[in-house]
Amino acid sequence: MKKFHVAIIGGGVIGSSIAWNLSKYKLDVVVFEMGSDIASGASKANSGVIHSGINSPPSSLKARFCVEGNKMFQMLANKLDFSLKWVGKYVIAKNEEEIKELEHLKKVGRKNKVPNLEIIEGKVLKKREPNISCFAGLWVPTAGIILPYEFTIALAENAAINDVKFFLETKVIGLKKQKNSFLIKTNKGNSSAELVINAAGINCKKIVNMLEEPNFNIFPCRGEYLVLDKNYCNLVNSMIYPVPQKDLGVLGVHLTPTVEGNILIGPSAEFIDDPYDKRTTKEMMDILFYEAKEILPNLPEKAVINAYSGIRCKLASSKEGGWADYRIEESKKTPGFINLLGIESPGLTAAPAIANEVTKMISKSVELKTKTDFKIRSRKKRFSQMNPKEQSDLIKKDKRWGRIICRCEHATEAEVINAFSNPLKAQTLSAAKYRCRAGMGRCQGGFCTQHIVRILEKQFQIDIKKIKLRSTNSHLFYGRTRETKK
Amino acid sequence: MINHKVDVTVIGAGPAGLTAAVSASEYGAKNILVIDRNSWIGGILPQCIHDGFGVEETGRSMTGPEYVDMYIDMAKKKNIDILTETMVLKFNRNLNIIAVNKDGLHNISTKSIVLAMGCREKTRWNALIPGDRPSGIYTAGVAQSFINLYNIMPGRNVIILGSGDVGLIMARRLKFEGVNVLGVVEILPYASGLPRNVVQCLDDYDIPLFLNHTITYIKGKERLESVTIAQIDEKMNIVLGSEKEIKCDTLLLSLGLIPENELSKDVGITVDNITGGPIVNQNLETSLSGVFACGNCLQVYDTVDSLSIDAKHAGKNAAKYIKKKGNSKLKVVPGKGIRYIIPQVITAPGKIRFTLRVEKPKLTTSCIHFIINSRQIFKKKLPYINPANMIEINVDVTQDLLKSNKNLEVVLSE
Repeated sequence: MKKFHVAIIGGGVIGSSIAWNLSKYKLDVVVFEMGSDIASGASKANSGVIHSGINSPPSSLKARFCVEGNKMFQMLANKLDFSLKWVGKYVIAKNEEEIKELEHLKKVGRKNKVPNLEIIEGKVLKKREPNISCFAGLWVPTAGIILPYEFTIALAENAAINDVKFFLETKVIGLKKQKNSFLIKTNKGNSSAELVINAAGINCKKIVNMLEEPNFNIFPCRGEYLVLDKNYCNLVNSMIYPVPQKDLGVLGVHLTPTVEGNILIGPSAEFIDDPYDKRTTKEMMDILFYEAKEILPNLPEKAVINAYSGIRCKLASSKEGGWADYRIEESKKTPGFINLLGIESPGLTAAPAIANEVTKMISKSVELKTKTDFKIRSRKKRFSQMNPKEQSDLIKKDKRWGRIICRCEHATEAEVINAFSNPLKAQTLSAAKYRCRAGMGRCQGGFCTQHIVRILEKQFQIDIKKIKLRSTNSHLFYGRTRETKK
Repeated sequence: MINHKVDVTVIGAGPAGLTAAVSASEYGAKNILVIDRNSWIGGILPQCIHDGFGVEETGRSMTGPEYVDMYIDMAKKKNIDILTETMVLKFNRNLNIIAVNKDGLHNISTKSIVLAMGCREKTRWNALIPGDRPSGIYTAGVAQSFINLYNIMPGRNVIILGSGDVGLIMARRLKFEGVNVLGVVEILPYASGLPRNVVQCLDDYDIPLFLNHTITYIKGKERLESVTIAQIDEKMNIVLGSEKEIKCDTLLLSLGLIPENELSKDVGITVDNITGGPIVNQNLETSLSGVFACGNCLQVYDTVDSLSIDAKHAGKNAAKYIKKKGNSKLKVVPGKGIRYIIPQVITAPGKIRFTLRVEKPKLTTSCIHFIINSRQIFKKKLPYINPANMIEINVDVTQDLLKSNKNLEVVLSE
């Protein structure tokens, strides 16, 4: 049985941030992830916004970690080499009445020490965002955008090359407190660890339940999104938010440009029973489109290239107003069991700060000795972002850089192969999509799927029956059309 | 950078591109280069192993691979250069093309361009079909490529949404391989593919066609488990209580095709909102002088035979291309009952070949009128009309008509 110092349950952005922090120290760390890749839950399906901290009540953990996290992102982007753009955001008031809301947000932001907030007139805003009509707007320059999966993958892959063990498709099915350690039962065998960190997101209550009686409830709240074609990237320059919906503890349907040039519309907010019900619905797609059109009247009908949803892990029900603070605590009943509960928005922004907090908690019981051989993640620029000289030079070195596999995103054969050669050994179609963008464009894999499948079959010797779309049992094929004699 | 200097560059080596290249050669172009992003020549045709290609053009019914072989042979005889596995990244208004392949980056300086990039299939999200996002959902053409090119079987119990030709052909193809084809679901009151394909692919094999139906929900957290189909009323609303869950592991989408014009749009070529292809004049020349368009990136054709007629025309004009600008032009406008018409602009007199589609099917006699300045210049009676059948009409446009600088309106009457 394998023994670890620290076991992290959940390979979302929180688990991966903690894993990355710990990978700098001489520790044996393991991450258990039930999905076929990391970031397969809410960490993948959110707006990708680095929030400023204007939306959480002063002195809440949400406000504290959001503001702290926000300040860390530029440094992280430099170290981990992921895309980050400080595009800023506008919260817009549709009428005079809503200006009060802007003033309130500004006041909260000031208390949370968010810098350079400014309420501007609709006319001024129109000059900066010609497609947006409103009465006034609150300008929040310290809000940024990233690709949430790219960030999580960067953290996890850098942790993995620094010897953190990642076990994918591995579900924790039992936890038992032993004398000085925990016994961790999974569908793929048992391990033990001195400390267990519950970063299981929407499943955090199930994990607690394995050791003690939970004193909280989880209220899953689904958020649906629409993704627009890159052709429409010029519609907005910054994020455009309505004034927040107070009754549900969410920010409301907003427009978010992505670093790639797509625009996201969403998310909706709908409390649901089944925490795994990630469906998209006709009703919500219509509402999203309608609400986005209210903000952006020029929004074209044919612009949508994808739709998806994510599930928020809320600790408060809709009746309670939907808002509750994070819970980041070591269990009193079970020492060594650290729980991270209700980490919803602004969880992405807060993740690095939460990871620092958890690292501090860990340092109380385990000695943290810094590694001297920590390896920095080096990522090649994408082919489509290189200048012609860089492109030519690379093709000369390796011909596979000259074969375009994904026509929409211009991902090359070399990039697809590099994506599948990731240190986490994630080899689903989605794993390639989230690492090199093959399949993410307007044709949604119409051209590249066949070529990617061939690469998995020929280069990686994966049986076609075992090629998966996204999750453990999401196989793509049933075998050969006709068996041939060899 | 690898430099090339050529007369005519054809982007796309599918049937349209090959035909255009051969035609350009026949009309005297010496230095012709065809570029294609696939490793093979022929575009989509090598995976279309059913027959019916070339009947009108040659009098012989061929399979896709046979038809395309005919043009590959012609191209070889004419020593036309073809670069495969080569992707055009962009071209500019001076007709300089940047392309990439395993040899490196290519800079192609050309005197004229024929756009023949083909089309792509509409996806689930073009129709915004709600539900889960399991594996087992394929566009019909992708499934066809797996089955016919790679010997890979994507499903066992299949339902098909959309009665476009690819969907109908795939229904029969899957049946041949022992797959359980549960039906074809079509939102319209009539099939959107060719009537002959409805008979030969569905009726002959007892595959049900659910007209006035659509898919309202897709279920399956990992692999597809079922779809819910429902009846649609005349106002396109779901008939309450008509929902029916059908268990299946695979959904093929045949929702229609979108002309691929990312390159055209990038360089600023004007694209028609209805056809999705560039706006062209009678020479099939786009709004950018020296750039011609043909094949499915101009409009989605029903048959390769009619596609070839236009592709030949585009190739010929690319070869004959001389920079001179006419002052007079007629704007061609689709009127009552007409969905679209090509060409959209006429800049020189002569016998013009128009291709058009009507908005709705009708089984009784109809008449198409060509009108300039409330004067009819041509009419054609048709025994029946169907949007699935492209209408082809040749009309003489004289210098006098051209000089009027008015709109040429095309309308349908009973």
